[in-house]
Amino acid sequence: MSPEPHATTPVATPGKPPGQRGEDVIHNIGYRNYDGPRLGRGYARTSLFEQSLRGAYGLGRSAKSKVLPMLLFAVMCVPAAIVVAVTVFTKAKEMPVHYNEYVILMQPVIGVYIAAMAPQAVSLDLRFRVVPLYFSRPIERGDYVGAKYAALSAAIFVFTATSVLILYVGALLAKLDFGDETKGFALGLVCCLVFSVLHGGIALTVAAATPRRGFGVAAIIAVLTIPYMLVSALQGIVASQDNTSAIGWLGLASPGSLVDGLQSKLLGGDNAFPRGEDLTAAQTSAYALLTVVLIAGTYALLLRRYRKAGL
Amino acid sequence: MIAIESLTKRYPRVTALDRLTVGITPGVTGLVGANGAGKSTLIKILLGLAPATEGGATVLGLDVAREGSAIRERVGYMPEHDCLPPDVSATEFVVHMARMSGLPFTSARERTADTLRHVGLYEERYRPMGGYSTGMKQRVKLAQALVHDPKLVLLDEPTNGLDPVGRDEMLALIRRVHTDFGISVLVTSHLLGELERTCDHVVVIDGGKLLRASSTADFTKSTPSLAVEVTDTDAHPDGTEALRSALAAAGLSVQAPGTAGAPGAGHLLMVDATDESAYDTVRDTVIELGLGLVRMEQHRHRIAEVFQAGDESGASGTDPALAPAAGAGAAAAPASAADLALQPQKGGGDVA
Ligand SMILES: Nc1ncnc2c1ncn2[C@@H]1O[C@H](COP(=O)(O)OP(=O)(O)O)[C@@H](O)[C@H]1O
Ligand SMILES: [Mg+2]
Repeated sequence: MSPEPHATTPVATPGKPPGQRGEDVIHNIGYRNYDGPRLGRGYARTSLFEQSLRGAYGLGRSAKSKVLPMLLFAVMCVPAAIVVAVTVFTKAKEMPVHYNEYVILMQPVIGVYIAAMAPQAVSLDLRFRVVPLYFSRPIERGDYVGAKYAALSAAIFVFTATSVLILYVGALLAKLDFGDETKGFALGLVCCLVFSVLHGGIALTVAAATPRRGFGVAAIIAVLTIPYMLVSALQGIVASQDNTSAIGWLGLASPGSLVDGLQSKLLGGDNAFPRGEDLTAAQTSAYALLTVVLIAGTYALLLRRYRKAGL
Repeated sequence: MIAIESLTKRYPRVTALDRLTVGITPGVTGLVGANGAGKSTLIKILLGLAPATEGGATVLGLDVAREGSAIRERVGYMPEHDCLPPDVSATEFVVHMARMSGLPFTSARERTADTLRHVGLYEERYRPMGGYSTGMKQRVKLAQALVHDPKLVLLDEPTNGLDPVGRDEMLALIRRVHTDFGISVLVTSHLLGELERTCDHVVVIDGGKLLRASSTADFTKSTPSLAVEVTDTDAHPDGTEALRSALAAAGLSVQAPGTAGAPGAGHLLMVDATDESAYDTVRDTVIELGLGLVRMEQHRHRIAEVFQAGDESGASGTDPALAPAAGAGAAAAPASAADLALQPQKGGGDVA
């Protein structure tokens, strides 16, 4: 029991003989020091981004975790493929659904995907207290939050932009006007980008505030759908009273209608608002400003959320 | 390795560290203190994760306030709490953590395999960690702290929650981290006794203040003593007491050990054996008094006893506040008298 005299011990000796205890025999491939490269914060951030993005599709996770994202991904893409098939077969002069319109139309599916994936991007680390392990490494708070934010946004972008791409390929197959379609497709990608970054930020903020995964899923669905349904209902009511400017202003009140209004004005689509009328100049500025504020605000809230998490 | 200079950390309601000044040299150093003594707070400051209120520290020559990121690249950290996601395997997890430390993917994989083997995790490393025992989880936690081959690891209560066997294994592993891997270790514990076998140096803090810092050898090196146990006789109904006064009269320094409650306690005397003649004196005195000698054995001081002795004589300059708690801990755990749990002294308060 008495301590052996371990005065100053030399640095690791490779091929050291096994320890005293019998089971230590396997340890006898001595410890090797690492003197390869240490790639630092930037690399760690990219690795975290990559791992989180893959995780959002269940890659590198158990087979069970792949089912839901892949299923939803299929649900998102199949209607686009059908639209393409119909266009090609009927030799239509234009696509029945516009690129941006498709994204707005498929919001419920995208919402379920976001609600399922945002919590697993951040809640697991919080709930099982893995976060301190990240912060005990070279990366800083901003690296972690930035990587997670970018990863979820990228995952949503892949989720939405793939169907937009399917529509574009279909449009080319149907020999529709190349210039028009390419422009529409490019604007469609921008629409997906705005949609993804905005929704990614909102969903992550909600998820990080609710470490219990189940609550997170429910809360995100609620935040994404309830305001949207309310906005649509109220817009319907004011539309029946011919109050066209109120329709536009109401659209500010949910993330979905925000993107919808913005894309109809700036990205050459039609909106799903009751009268389908474009936003006024004042409304457009308000939409753009609110979008920027929401993106920056959710990022700031996330940074704040992790201020104490490392300690 | 680490230089801490007048380091103070105040939270709104408590002072977690109070002008702490101590240097930590290469090797295995134990940081001992009761719950709330400020051990975890110190580790967080050393990692550059929490700012000091006053004072400062350097780790591997890097300043904690300005060069936290560089420190964390060369240092490993094992938290006291659970930190493992249950649905991932140890291999995947440690590979990921190695990459977070900056290791390229292939190196991360190689080092993960090596490190998990070194901490004693074999086939089970491919299974989700949710099904692991506490001992296995602690090993994974240690592995993720070692995987990037740091110069120094900070281990926060690594033996917490382990059974005695698991604890001995963990302590042996920690010892090997230094002897075999060449990595210096700062390990915290609220158990004073368990560190004496593992550490080269021990730093004791209480209420954020330094109580004592010295080599483990210094802690245990004081005068060897002789444990003597005798029977009672009709002439001397309290044989122990009779022997105590006789030996004191003969000029020997005698104490009844403070390990009250330990088996045979009230009957044991500790005699300072300053030279060989003490043995003869004890033997002769026992015969003179006509007592039966149950045992007489040489006894090395344990760290905890050094503290108790310091309390009783008031001479060693340690804070007496630690000793009563240490005694209570021993009484509660007679099976391993060496592991004296330091109970919280004052209502330190758990601040959320
Ligand atoms: N984040 C915090 N905010 C406020 N008080 C804290 C915080 N962390 C620790 N403390 C307080 O600081 C003291 C030291 O805590 P800690 O370093 O965790 O002690 P130990 O690790 O030695 O048990 C305790 O009184 C604790 O309540
Ligand atoms: Mg602690």
